Amino acid sequence: MLSTYRYPKFEYRPAPEQLAGRTQRHPVVIVGAGPVGLAAAIDLAQSGQPVVLLDDDDTVSVGSRGVCYAKRTLEILDRLGLGEPCVTKGVSWNVGRTFFREEEVYNFNLRPQEGHKRPGMVNLQQYYLEEFEITRARQLPALDIRFRNKVVSVAQDGDKVILQVETPDGIYALEADWLVAADGARSGIRRMLHLDVEGKIFKDRFLIADVVMKADYPPERWFWFDPPFHRNQSVLLHHQADNVWRIDFQLGWDADPEEEKKPENVIPRIKAMLGDEREFELEWVSVYTFQCRRMHSFRHDRVLFVGDAAHQVSPFGARGANSGIQDTDNLCWKLKLVIDGQAPATLLDSYSDERVFAADENLMNSTRSTDFITPKTKTSLTFRNAVLELARDNPFARALVNSGRLSVPTFLTGSVLNTPDSADFAGDMIPGAPMDDAPMHEDGSDFWLLDRVGNGFMALVHVADPARLDGETAARFRALAAAPIPVEVVLVAPVAGPAPAGLRVFVDRAGRYAERYDSQTGTTYLLRPDQHVAARWRNFDAAALQAALARATCNC
Amino acid sequence: MPLTLQPNFHEAGTRYFRPFSPGDDFYEALIETHRDLSDEQSDLVNAKLILLLANHIGDLAVLREAMRLARARL
Repeated sequence: MLSTYRYPKFEYRPAPEQLAGRTQRHPVVIVGAGPVGLAAAIDLAQSGQPVVLLDDDDTVSVGSRGVCYAKRTLEILDRLGLGEPCVTKGVSWNVGRTFFREEEVYNFNLRPQEGHKRPGMVNLQQYYLEEFEITRARQLPALDIRFRNKVVSVAQDGDKVILQVETPDGIYALEADWLVAADGARSGIRRMLHLDVEGKIFKDRFLIADVVMKADYPPERWFWFDPPFHRNQSVLLHHQADNVWRIDFQLGWDADPEEEKKPENVIPRIKAMLGDEREFELEWVSVYTFQCRRMHSFRHDRVLFVGDAAHQVSPFGARGANSGIQDTDNLCWKLKLVIDGQAPATLLDSYSDERVFAADENLMNSTRSTDFITPKTKTSLTFRNAVLELARDNPFARALVNSGRLSVPTFLTGSVLNTPDSADFAGDMIPGAPMDDAPMHEDGSDFWLLDRVGNGFMALVHVADPARLDGETAARFRALAAAPIPVEVVLVAPVAGPAPAGLRVFVDRAGRYAERYDSQTGTTYLLRPDQHVAARWRNFDAAALQAALARATCNC
Repeated sequence: MPLTLQPNFHEAGTRYFRPFSPGDDFYEALIETHRDLSDEQSDLVNAKLILLLANHIGDLAVLREAMRLARARL
């Protein structure tokens, strides 16, 4: 098989514990340097939090595996300093087309609206994402990555977690105040703590082939129900970096995975699809089954589960790695506040509650897609095919065609961290909403809103003219930034103007922010460090803002 | 009112953030209605379902149009 990628080999070094011959206590240990564990490690370390990251391997993901990174994930990767290399290397796309037999029956656009920095989706082999993350991780002095460090035992002991770690130089012990388990679907941490993960296995098998070829198909996701080249089953095509194409064939439960993986069986399937004349090379082949399941709670005392260790979904919808990275986005600021003594440990229960809610939405959507793609009964199949036939001519049926509902962030509507609205607002930016992006302007340059919010709490206060803000109000705004949990107040204005000293102004020239946030003079948004809306008001009220901040950090 | 062919699923008290959600809610409920039934039982359930909905719609012009579209392109 061909190889477009050279796997890096990361150097193993004996741990400081082994060199010193004694156990050390660390505030945070993360297990698993996959895309999710690395995102958690970078997020914490870039905020200055010392982190130890353990991984049992010494390279990146073998095979392309997770390939679709959604807009929200790219926004998080931007906050982690990783968005640019991923988007530059990957293939951006917004449009997905669904075919039934010979005809296109439905298409969707993941970004129907202009005025957002990132596309709906970027396709990128998982090994590239991990490589970029490791490059970024190595720039962070607070982050200690230990390759070929395999956790062989874990125990919770009062106010700490005790790990035994196996290395080429033998076993050493490590203590952690907090343990983040990012060790994947077969989480060893979960198993060693005797924790259950509940759900169901789907009785179907899929063949994934990564194929290298020159093709001028547009950068879109193409999905076939019952195509002439693979009768009665589905096929999915994705374009990745380096002219690598991902083809996913549904095989059915009775297929023999070992036989199906053999090139002499894979190649004819691809030829039937692409036509005999197109030249291609196989790069990677795998046969998979999947499960839809999650842990009951993602927090177990001092152990926090993220990504596939906490929940698994079917691949239809790209909700695996995407939701895992969103877990870390939700967790890291909370963990930092708890470690710094600024919030009680109960804030971490909100991590579990919010991300369990999101996991259930992901599980629901990916299960629905699976049920549509692989109907289990004659009646389900009849309904599915009736939808596909009606979809040719009828918009209502097109909306029912479900070839995967692609990863979008969850609105955390029920979260205890939200302060309910006390006034009417139009639009979707309700408390608990993941923020919409918008084009903005500051100090003579254009930028994207989501590039300048997050990491800490912020309040956006809409003013008609920044130059007319009185000194007393300005002083109150500045004081918020100096509080124990700082809130940076930024003015949002339709026009530029000199602001009082120490205050920044985002100029909403195009009016997209005003439109998307239903913002008028006086409107104030309190934003969480993970770019979610915590609270909003029609007028700035310092006491209300303090109360909402206390609520968003479990300090009340 | 003519036969509605635009997406029309909704539920009082439910706020949808994604356009596909109300239709997916319906479709899941539909498939769930058939859970654990034999093919014969499912056929009977489907027939009853059509009769219930037809009476609810009532307007024969709409029903005739739906029946025509359902038979077209077989």
